[in-house]
Parts: sequence; C-alpha cells; structure tokens
Amino acid sequence: MKGKTTNFGVFVNGLLKENPVLRLVLGTCPTLAITTAVFNGLGMGIAATFVLICSNMVISALRKLIPAQVRLPAFIVIIASFVTLVHMLIKAYVPALNDALGVYLPLITVNCIILGRAEMFASKNGVLKSALDGLGMGLGFTIVLVLMSAVRELVGAGTLLGFQIMPEAVSPLTVAILPPGGFFVFGCFMALAIFLETKMGNKPNVNLQCGACPSADNCPAKGVGEA
Amino acid sequence: MPDNQNKLVVAASPHITSRYSTRMLMGGVCIALLPTLIASAFIFGPRVLLLTAVTVATCVGFEWLYCLLMKKTTPIGDLSAVVTGLILAFNLPPSFPLWMAAVGSLISIVVVKQLFGGIGFNFANPALVGRIVLQLSFTGNMISYSFPRNFGGVDALASATPLAAMGTGQNLPMIDMLLGTHGGTLGETCALTLLLGGLFLIATKIISPVIPLFYLGGTFVFKLVLSMGSAGSLSAAFAGFGGFAWNSLLYLMGGGLLLGAFFMATDYTTSPYTLKGKIVFGLGLAIITVAIREWSKTAEGVSYALLLMNLFVPYINALCRQKPVGVKKKKPAKTRKEAA
Repeated sequence: MKGKTTNFGVFVNGLLKENPVLRLVLGTCPTLAITTAVFNGLGMGIAATFVLICSNMVISALRKLIPAQVRLPAFIVIIASFVTLVHMLIKAYVPALNDALGVYLPLITVNCIILGRAEMFASKNGVLKSALDGLGMGLGFTIVLVLMSAVRELVGAGTLLGFQIMPEAVSPLTVAILPPGGFFVFGCFMALAIFLETKMGNKPNVNLQCGACPSADNCPAKGVGEA
Repeated sequence: MPDNQNKLVVAASPHITSRYSTRMLMGGVCIALLPTLIASAFIFGPRVLLLTAVTVATCVGFEWLYCLLMKKTTPIGDLSAVVTGLILAFNLPPSFPLWMAAVGSLISIVVVKQLFGGIGFNFANPALVGRIVLQLSFTGNMISYSFPRNFGGVDALASATPLAAMGTGQNLPMIDMLLGTHGGTLGETCALTLLLGGLFLIATKIISPVIPLFYLGGTFVFKLVLSMGSAGSLSAAFAGFGGFAWNSLLYLMGGGLLLGAFFMATDYTTSPYTLKGKIVFGLGLAIITVAIREWSKTAEGVSYALLLMNLFVPYINALCRQKPVGVKKKKPAKTRKEAA
C-alpha cells in the first residue's frame, strides 16, 4: 500500500496491478466454478462488486470501533448481511441468475477477495478510499470473470451470452467449460496479466516463486523464470 | 550438442554422454511406429495416412509457429513433434474429422508441451492429453469406430471394440486381435506390429523394458486374479485357469494397452528415472487401468491411468531415489540433526 495515496491510484490498483484474481490469486474458487457462461460471470462479478463496495465502506467506517481480537467475526457478519441482501434481491428479480450461480451466490460471504480487502485495506483506510478500493477490486474481478467466461463459453459451447456465435457445423471444444479447461484458461490469463504489466513498463512483483509451491522440490521446471 | 566447437570443455557432471541424441531417439520411435502405421493403412484404408499426415504436419507446424512467436530457437529438428503427431493419430478413430485432429495437435503441442516449457518440461505426455481433451470434447466422433473395410465384405460397419465385446461376455478370436482386424483407433488394433515396434525399441535400448513389462505383467496378473475371484469356488477358479489366462492375454491386446505400454508410458519426461521408480510406475499403471476398465463406466482405462501416473512421476522420482554407493541408511538424517 505504499505510495498509492491518490484516490485514483487506489481505484486503478485493482484493475491490473493488484488484480484480485490474476495477481493476488484470491477468489479462485468462484472464478473457476462459474466462468462457464458470460451471463454467470457478469452476474457474479456485479454481485461481488456490490458486496465489496458496501462491506468495505461499513468496515472502514467502523474500523475504530471493532476490537482487533474479534475483527474477523465482525467483518464476516457485515459481509454476510450484504450477501443476504444481494441474495434476496437476485432471487426476487433475476431468478435465472440465482439458479445458475447456485451455492456460489451465498458463498460470496466467504469469498477471500472481500475478506482480504476488508483486512488489508478497509480496516486501515478511510471510507472514500475503501469505497474506491472496493470498486476497483470489484471491477477487476468482474472484468476477469467476464473475459474468462467469454473465452470458455465461446470455445466450449460456441455461444456468447447464450447467442450462437460459432457456426453450428463447428462442434464446440467442450473441455473448455469443464474444470480442466477452467484451469488452462485461468493460467493463460494470469500469464497475460503479467505480460501486460511488463509491457506497461512496471516490474511485476512476482511473489509466487517456486518456494511457495509444495511440489517445487520435485518439479523439473523449478527456478525457471525466477530472477 | 555442438560438442566439437570447443576442444577443451569444462563442464559440470555428468561427463559421460550418450551416443544418442534426441533426434536419434525420436527417429527410432518413428521407425518403431511405422509398421503399425502401414498395418493400419492396410486395415482401415488410405484415410489413415491422410489423418496421420495432418496430425504430424500440424504438430510440427504449431511447434514452429509457437517458437517463432515466442522468439525461441526452433526445436523441429529433434523430431519430437513428429512423434507426438504420430502417437496422437494412433489414438484417433479412422473416421475422425481432420480439423478436430488439428485441434488435438494444438492442445498437445502448444498447451501441454510449449506452455509448460517445451521438450523436457511437459507435465504429461502431450499426445495423451491431446487425446483426452478430444475425447472429452468430441466424444461422439472419438468413439465412432468403424469396422475394417478390407475385411468382412462390406465397406464399413460400426463394430464393437474388443473391450466392449468382452463386456458382453464375448471374446474376439486371437488371430483378429493379433492382426488388428477389429474396431478401434488407428494404432491400437494391430497387436503384432505394436509388439514388433516395442521389441525394436527395447532391442535398440531406446526404451527400457521395465515399464512395459511391469505394466503388461501387472495388468495380466490383476485381471487373472479378478476373473479367478469371480469364478465362485476355489476349485472352479483353478479348473478354469487356462481359459482365464487366455482371456487375460486377450485383455492385454484390447484397447490402447499395448500402444500405451510401449510408446506412451515410456516417454522420457513423464516416466521415472530409477529402476525402482519404473517398477512402481508400471504397477501403478496396471492397477489403475484394470480398475477403470472393470469398475468404471468410461472406456478410458489406459488414458486416465497414464495421465494420473504421469502426474505422480515427480513424487515417484523423489521417493525412489538411488542411494549413492557407500551411503549407510539413516546416517545422514542423524548427522544433520546433530549439526543443527
């Protein structure tokens, strides 16, 4: 968090440099699970962004009142309230999305992006900045979800938002909407994010080196690409 | 290796180098695969050659293109992409659409091999993952096995594979299994030429016989024990021993087991280094293959066994390390503790 004092800097941070999914590797579970269709990705992204902004603001406003010892339960209660709100609204107005997201909608409560931002940012910064941070992180999350689900839906089902894009004669590569395809697309997007950052002249802080991996000792590619 | 550029070479160990280069090894594998290709063209018709040409050309093409885009030195000369293309084609049914085969090449070469660092760094056998992805994506095309056109009087006939026939209690005659005149993928049907190719690879020391031996042997014993166990009583099990053994032998020739055992399980990057590791690897393959064939609804015994065991290889290597000569058991651990 050093040096990023401008409000704009806080907002932009979540888009690429500290993109929650691609650079902080948070929220991986919903990312892999629901990015099988653009509709789901978009719905999930918007729901999570709403919860993120609201919970960041409330936690930031209450940060001096919440005792440090019980901060995690307190954060979760605040987050859970907003998730319940979103869940009820979606159930009432967009039941199709509720059916598509299934258990992943209430599970936004334990989405590590939201808890992570509460712990890392909102509990240390003012309300405006926390709201901007939530907006930036939420947008970063949504953009990645939409892009990933667009790739997976197009390749895996030949459609976009349910509309047939590929010619019918081309059978879709179904594996893309199966779990292994999710991991492959995810990995490619992570590489792309690091590539973009290097292109923009920033030195990406690759903190996920081989030391963090439990299989590193047995890996033939250990240390490849590390400075 | 440009080993004659410098007369005096100062390098880290190992100092003993093999007379084989990657190109020679891969060329040997190509030669070993040729008889099966010829047999397959004879059994299924000339389309086999077209399909194989497409996978080989696309594999080499994608490798060249990727290396061009990523500004890497091109590894086409080592023939490994050719081998991947050949083995991928051998895993496809004869009527498989050509563009889908090209998709398989793309996945094998770019996703599995090059994205993970090129030759020597692939996490699993490239052709194998290509096959599994195609199987999951284009299931209908992947299982439309046509009956060999040169036999049986009709041009093409949908035919059960030997394993599917076994599932209904029938066995194909041994001569059909050996000659490969039954339904299946391009390169898996003709047991005779696969054995020939495998023996050629073993004789030229391109592959070690340990993995195929323990894979095939393990599968044979496991299947034999299972069928004897299902006989009911002990006396019935031993009375029918000959029949069970014969069936287990046929079982080895069904599906992609021979192709997998000789040409896919022995891939250098994705098989263990040490003898102990190879034995563990072969037996693991056998157990998973039989388990999937016997107790699973999918027909992908060999493919999934290979994929699973490929992923275990780094751990097998770590657990089956050779002890350097003269090292006593447990002593290093103690001295380390004392030092700390």
